[in-house]
Amino acid sequence: MDVMIDRTVAPEIKLPIDLNLVLPPVKKYTLSNGVEVYALDMGSEDVMMVNWVFYAGSAYETKKGVAAAANFLLKNGTSTKTAFEINDQFDYYGAHMSRNCYSETSELTLHCLSKHLDNLLPVVSEMISDSVFPAEELHIYKQNAQQRLRVNLRKSEFVANRLIDAYIFGEQHPYGKYNNMEDYAAIEREDLLPFYANYYQKGQCVIFAAGKIPYTLISQLEKHFGSLPLRRLDPSVPQKWPLQPAAEKKVRHINDPDGVQAAIRIGRHFPNRHHPDFQKALVLNNIFGGFFGSRLMANIREEKGYTYGIHSYLLNYTTESGWMISTEAGRDVSEATIKEVYKEMQSLRQEPVEEEELMMTRNFMIGSILGDLDGPFQVIGRWKNLVLNNLDENYFYRQIEIIKTISAAELQELANKYLQPGEFYELSVI
Amino acid sequence: MIQFEKFTLSNGLRVVVHEDHSTPLAVVNVMYDVGAKDEDPDKTGFAHLFEHLMFGGSVNIADFEMPLQMAGGENNAYTSNDLTNYYITLPAENLETGLWLDSDRMLSLAFSEKSLEVQRKVVMEEFKEHYLNKPYGDVWFKLREMAYKVHPYRWQTIGKELSHIENATLDDVKQFFAKHYNPSNAILAVGGHIKTAEVLPLIEKWFGDIPPGKKYVRHLPEEPRQNEERRMEVRADVPLDALYKVWHIDERMSHGYYVADLITEVMGGGASSRLYQSLVKEQKLFSNIECYHFGSVEKGLLAIEGKLVKGVKMDDAERAVNLELEKLKQDGVTEKELEKTRNRTESTLAFEDMSVMTRVNNLAFYELLGDAGLFNEDREKYFAVTREDMQTYSQRIFDINNCSTLCYFAENAALN
Repeated sequence: MDVMIDRTVAPEIKLPIDLNLVLPPVKKYTLSNGVEVYALDMGSEDVMMVNWVFYAGSAYETKKGVAAAANFLLKNGTSTKTAFEINDQFDYYGAHMSRNCYSETSELTLHCLSKHLDNLLPVVSEMISDSVFPAEELHIYKQNAQQRLRVNLRKSEFVANRLIDAYIFGEQHPYGKYNNMEDYAAIEREDLLPFYANYYQKGQCVIFAAGKIPYTLISQLEKHFGSLPLRRLDPSVPQKWPLQPAAEKKVRHINDPDGVQAAIRIGRHFPNRHHPDFQKALVLNNIFGGFFGSRLMANIREEKGYTYGIHSYLLNYTTESGWMISTEAGRDVSEATIKEVYKEMQSLRQEPVEEEELMMTRNFMIGSILGDLDGPFQVIGRWKNLVLNNLDENYFYRQIEIIKTISAAELQELANKYLQPGEFYELSVI
Repeated sequence: MIQFEKFTLSNGLRVVVHEDHSTPLAVVNVMYDVGAKDEDPDKTGFAHLFEHLMFGGSVNIADFEMPLQMAGGENNAYTSNDLTNYYITLPAENLETGLWLDSDRMLSLAFSEKSLEVQRKVVMEEFKEHYLNKPYGDVWFKLREMAYKVHPYRWQTIGKELSHIENATLDDVKQFFAKHYNPSNAILAVGGHIKTAEVLPLIEKWFGDIPPGKKYVRHLPEEPRQNEERRMEVRADVPLDALYKVWHIDERMSHGYYVADLITEVMGGGASSRLYQSLVKEQKLFSNIECYHFGSVEKGLLAIEGKLVKGVKMDDAERAVNLELEKLKQDGVTEKELEKTRNRTESTLAFEDMSVMTRVNNLAFYELLGDAGLFNEDREKYFAVTREDMQTYSQRIFDINNCSTLCYFAENAALN
């Protein structure tokens, strides 16, 4: 090269805010029992996922731990197959069947090569319609869940995560409750059977599918799920539970007297996605602690070295949300870390965000959404979030618009409304 | 088949370009042929600490993050015992921003005292978070030292002890950079919605004039063959007894590696695997059990680890594990099990290939192993493994004189 390049000058870029983002559309079908299917045909590899979502989360149990146990044991025996035979069927085809139980919803998720789908759907259908919950399997589940809990209770971050949610929402609230050793011990097969009948066999269900979708998908789903006594999952009338937040706002908890770090959680209640402030708060959160270049990271990790990482985020719940700051910091600098978090709140309340930082945030957020729209599983994840929150694609486009146009004054106003230390629960677990 | 093209710049930098027009993104991946195994035994954890410093500003660009964020990009990095990898994803239109940023930090760092001081603290907190403040957090410090007597795999990427990180100096940082961070020791892999013909001049523009540096030639001590049983008992304030066993296996590029990988599938892959079915479900000796290997470039380890059900004796648990290994050695695997490992391999590879970032990362990794084209041979190598291979190989590795065992006992178990 004849001309020396000037490395101090950045190459020209196309600003991501000038890109036109499109949420790839899904096709919606309805099975004959009313169950809706959202399908996204996308991707070049011959792989896919199917996700069955039920209103069968812990909010629906009358005895603690029952929802999670029922969800876990869906894979552990039907009237014709043992747990081993079910697992072997999925493993043999190189498929992955996972189940997850959350506060409101509970799910089954199948990842597989598209060509094997026909061999796997009948097993899923059996799990949903004909699980028998063998006593022996429940016994092993209880024992192993207790063992896992024993280990987790030694981890300050696990203890902190349980406590902070209980402070914000209340220990009886579905978002705040957690299981103790004795809760696992008390679960009986007689608790699981009616729960399974009400919330799975005759439950409210919605199906999401994405990847390279075989053209027979809908007829296969109709064949295996369309005639089951399932009902359409209706997200338009969300159940609400009373909030019972804790009275004490500041807690210092010693879990391990020799611990070298403190798990710090600072959190407050926040309205759900339907509130007009929610999408704007996502932008403010990004600046505050939402990514590597955020203020909390820049100050507390990159300037002071108090922690390996610090993040803030809005909780992914449906009827309520929360705003949380989370970090593991050195024991000797844990109180200093908490002070700095409040300092960063203060600066967002007192000073408008400068144009350059705001511009950077807009571009980073759009770039990040662009990256997230790149795979079928990420895209269907966005659709699922919309559907379960009773929203549609307009919500996605409104978010893009807000990222591109929100002003520094609006962000400052939001900070003054929500980033008030007095509103936050403050917990440190050593 | 993953399509790609390979080039070498005049300064020795190896370049791999992979076009994928189904994505709006581009990926810039720079892999340096240096890992924790290249560290001085008295300065362990350094390769990883150095990775942190690569974000602290380079010679012409004070702030790495800000221009990248403005371009809508995200980035991260990781260090292993074998290598250090940096990757950026961004809108394909802004590919050049990634090339600009990564070329400048290959050219030279800012070497700021402040950055070193802060990142020492950050890494020490990372050390505490993952290894000191966790029950069983010290297991792999002990096991690696038991299994390796001379090879540098005997320490973990995070380092042997906090003091090694605490004592790192700016002089160490400069020497490390000069020795390892230059075009002769790096691979640049670029992929996504880009055209090879358009991207090559840009790569030449930003990387072409970086001095080649000296090729680092690795002379690692070879681990002598283990020929005795190694055992250790630990008593600590943990809630449950746990058993850990490791065996030496072959290096990444050998046939044995692929055989070992499939053995871990039969023994520990999924809830229908042999160890889970027998030891967790049927005999109820363990509450969880895993079988895996480390994917190391040089001769690595295959591990089995599990937590014992309360009340189960360590001897009984270990005997049951050994019995499963004996069955494998005597009877081998069934045709159905082999078929299952093939289906699972096919599936794993297909899911990995979904992401352009993973593909580009893999191309760089195989180029580091010798040739990016090896990436496309992986499937065949797995499918070439036979039942006989698995039985013979298990007889070879599951030998008591090739094994290190760590029995981790819960002290004060009554309190739990």
